[in-house]
Amino acid sequence: MIGRIGSIYRAAAAAALLFTSLLPAASAGPRIDPAGDQRAFQAYFERAFPGVALDDFANGPYAVNKEMRKQWEEIMQFPPYDFALDDGKRLFEAPFKNGKSYADCFPDRGIGIRQSYPYFDLRSGEVVTLDLAINRCREQNGEKPLPYEVGDMAAIDAYMASTSRGKPFDIRIPDDPRALAAYENGKKFFYERRGQLNFSCASCHVQAAGRRMRGDILAPALGMLASFPIYRSDWGSMGTVDRRFVSCNEQVRSLPLKPEDEAYRDLEYFLSYMSNGVAIAGPGTRP
Amino acid sequence: MSRRALAVVAAAGLAGLSCGALAATQSEFDAAYAAAAQAEAQAGALHDQWSPTEAALKAARQAAEEKRYDEASALARRAEALAKASISQAQAQQSLWREAVVK
Ligand code: HEC
Repeated sequence: MIGRIGSIYRAAAAAALLFTSLLPAASAGPRIDPAGDQRAFQAYFERAFPGVALDDFANGPYAVNKEMRKQWEEIMQFPPYDFALDDGKRLFEAPFKNGKSYADCFPDRGIGIRQSYPYFDLRSGEVVTLDLAINRCREQNGEKPLPYEVGDMAAIDAYMASTSRGKPFDIRIPDDPRALAAYENGKKFFYERRGQLNFSCASCHVQAAGRRMRGDILAPALGMLASFPIYRSDWGSMGTVDRRFVSCNEQVRSLPLKPEDEAYRDLEYFLSYMSNGVAIAGPGTRP
Repeated sequence: MSRRALAVVAAAGLAGLSCGALAATQSEFDAAYAAAAQAEAQAGALHDQWSPTEAALKAARQAAEEKRYDEASALARRAEALAKASISQAQAQQSLWREAVVK
């Protein structure tokens, strides 16, 4: 027992020394250039998956794997998110106790707006996702916030996304140092290796996109949030972006953050901005 | 001293520590646990806590509650090593991540 623990301990210590020895001197870092990043990002996936149209990237694994696409087309005859969609419409339209409703909190009464989230709020100086805005709307109207990952939140998301289908992601990064910092933070979170398995989001969804991992085909990072929320057979239920981030962190033995943690919101901001031009296709279905 | 020699010395020192865990007392456990918890808090500040670290800390607390201090101390030291590896990972990634950016 002691010996085994000792050897794990030695391995970890050696890994720690290795990391430390790789540590270069701190530097200020290059200029923040979201538009340039976006061009390079989209060009990378166009090269990696020739023949896949920009909008088709919203379909994740189905965009890049023919076999799976067939199964999907069958499933889509009775989409498993239909229940959530009905629920979501009902919840969205039901008035709060004070007589107001979600429509009163959003531009265009909340219809056809999914493509503009997350946005950077210049007043509060932070990234606001659709889910955060939904809960803030509730709280402003004296209602309790909803849990973020599943259930009613996913249903309301599903309905709001459905009214935005076909509208291309249109994320803006205002020329404000705080907005640029949030973008850069999200970008860093995406490319940083973390967890005991030492993977970044990019390790799986850029470098290994389209390849098989256990039973799954890894979705390309381009367009990967356009179909949210998703019904995953694997989960047996709907899940929001937060649910996905949490489970992808867990896969690499990294302790996940709390849903809507600032770092997750910045990450969603970065990923959505990379996908500008990809049409909203949510809610989606996944294996 | 070369890095390799350093690693050997460090590993030997650590192995020595884990042998010292035989017949640990509660106060030895407390010290080992405090060191682990502190390292894990630092990893938290760097947004890079690992689930196996949390699992080792939890198992250490459980073993200590059942007065199995040898095992508890070994688990706490394992948690500390994991937490330190996560800190080193996070520190290295502070600049290394840029090399992975799609260009
Ligand atoms: C070890 C590999 C791995 C890592 C690292 C990883 N993921 Fe995933 N991710 C998966 C798998 C497996 C799935 C499910 C199959 C699929 O859709 O790609 C998935 C699915 C997703 C999806 C849903 C895609 C879709 O079309 O349904 C999103 C979004 C996502 N991951 C984001 C992230 C983010 C953000 C990170 C970094 C915090 C991350 N992933 C890190 C393996 C990984």
